[in-house]
Amino acid sequence: MITTSLSMGRVARLTVLSLGALIFLAPYIFMISTAGKAQSEIFSSSLSLIPQQWSYIENFSKALSRVSMSTLFINGVIVCALIFVVQVVVAIPCAYAMAKLRFQAARTMMLLVMIGLLVPIHATALPLYVAFDRLSVLNSYLALVAPFSISVFAIFLFLQFFRAIPDDLIQAARLDGMSEAGIVVRVVVPNAWPAITAFAIFSVVAHWNDLFWPLIVVTNQDYATPPLGLLYFRAAEAGDDYGALMAATLIITLPLVTAFLLAQKRFVEGITMTGLKG
Amino acid sequence: MASVATVDRFAIEPAAREARVAWLLALPAIVLLFLFILLPTLAVIVLGFTDFELGYAGFRFVGFENYAELVSDRTFLRSLWNTAVYTIIVAPASIILALAIAMLIEAETRGRAFFRTVYFLPVASLLVAMATVWQFLFHPTIGPVNAFLATFGIAGPNWLGASGTVLYGLAIIGVWQSVGFNMVLFLAGLTAIPRELYAAAQIDGAKSWFDRFRLVTWPMLGPTTLFVTTISVINSVKVFETVKTLTEGGPNKASEVLLFTIYQEGFVYLRVGYASAMTVVFLAILVALMFLQYRVLDRKVHYA
Repeated sequence: MITTSLSMGRVARLTVLSLGALIFLAPYIFMISTAGKAQSEIFSSSLSLIPQQWSYIENFSKALSRVSMSTLFINGVIVCALIFVVQVVVAIPCAYAMAKLRFQAARTMMLLVMIGLLVPIHATALPLYVAFDRLSVLNSYLALVAPFSISVFAIFLFLQFFRAIPDDLIQAARLDGMSEAGIVVRVVVPNAWPAITAFAIFSVVAHWNDLFWPLIVVTNQDYATPPLGLLYFRAAEAGDDYGALMAATLIITLPLVTAFLLAQKRFVEGITMTGLKG
Repeated sequence: MASVATVDRFAIEPAAREARVAWLLALPAIVLLFLFILLPTLAVIVLGFTDFELGYAGFRFVGFENYAELVSDRTFLRSLWNTAVYTIIVAPASIILALAIAMLIEAETRGRAFFRTVYFLPVASLLVAMATVWQFLFHPTIGPVNAFLATFGIAGPNWLGASGTVLYGLAIIGVWQSVGFNMVLFLAGLTAIPRELYAAAQIDGAKSWFDRFRLVTWPMLGPTTLFVTTISVINSVKVFETVKTLTEGGPNKASEVLLFTIYQEGFVYLRVGYASAMTVVFLAILVALMFLQYRVLDRKVHYA
């Protein structure tokens, strides 16, 4: 009974999945296609995918000349790396203290973490902006990174992970004369790599893509992150030069998409593990 | 006497030492938590009761004046309404589509990894960049979407340029972008359902595909669905990137959404006090959604 309906069911299933996949891929297909078309061609035939005369070089050089892509990428990497490193360095010891040490404030901390999970950057942005303005630190890496130095979500994630580490392991390390800081570095962190990787993916994807906060604190192109840079490019690009625009979007989308394609399994695991965050 | 005291000292000292170490380890996190989350949240609530504007020296407390203004602020009301409409479209659509795709992929043995990759791709793509691509796709005259519709003799609308369709256009982008994320969570939920349950349901007479879904899949996915729903709703309420990139709230405020209005008031017009009051409303919505989730969680989903 199952085998007979299987082939029919499979055909229907694969058809639906393939059609859906085509729709989901359509933006990428048109992006790649349009990035190679000349202005005149874009305005005449919109459904043919292969450019009649290849204008890739022209469009890409336009995209590269108007906004410094390398600056954008370097800024993106610096900001994401700083945010991730600080988040982990701050969150891991705290989560360890809450999970494995006699810590009277653990319960209060848990409550604060829960409150923190509820408050997005959009809610704290106004006072932080006013404060950063008063301190004259707008337009700096400090302004881009500081509000994200604390990730209550990281504490929450690591806390759950650390609770599963056997107490005996930590006790044994203590008997070997290791300090608590030593235990964090040499026992807890090596055991928490899956959680750290998952959090890394979560954090980098979130901050690489974030437009809201960079838009607020950065007005100087020198500190623009990729999303902000693309916004500048769009503003500079008067009219409808879609060829150059698509070339720019292609360049700017490529790094994270490549990373995803290379490390898909980790991405999906990371999202599954960290997906509980709103 | 003396021996008891020594024993006590030995018993207490390591405990006190451990507590001290714990405080030390947690201190940076506690300081930053206060500095960047708790104090600014308090500050935004306080600022909501002031007429503070950036660039002016002083400010005074105005009580509920800002909130009184909000109630009759047509832009703000419009933006609340638009956010609600956007959420009501995007959240259910991205949940249902994600569940359907996840079930289709789960049932399939071949090509699983391929389909998962394709549907997840938008999540890993820079939204501002892909929004730009969608703007081209939606272009009224040279855009492929309308060219495609034209082959069926349908005159496509000016998607992002007309006040009647702009929210739908943005919603399509929103759904496209968030389906993959939800799908991955559903896939994890589906894999966790024990196979025996389906066999048992079949023995009990659940013959059709729909029976099995109704009796096993849907109830077993309860906790996942609740999480996905909460995340989807909250993310839809937080829509900003596409609006800022593509429409700036226009045309005619037809795509003004909550975060964009806050951004505009606070960071462009620099009316910090008034924008703070808006932010408090935004926070209240998030809190209400969380409470709603906890209540449903308490009542309904007890399968774990």
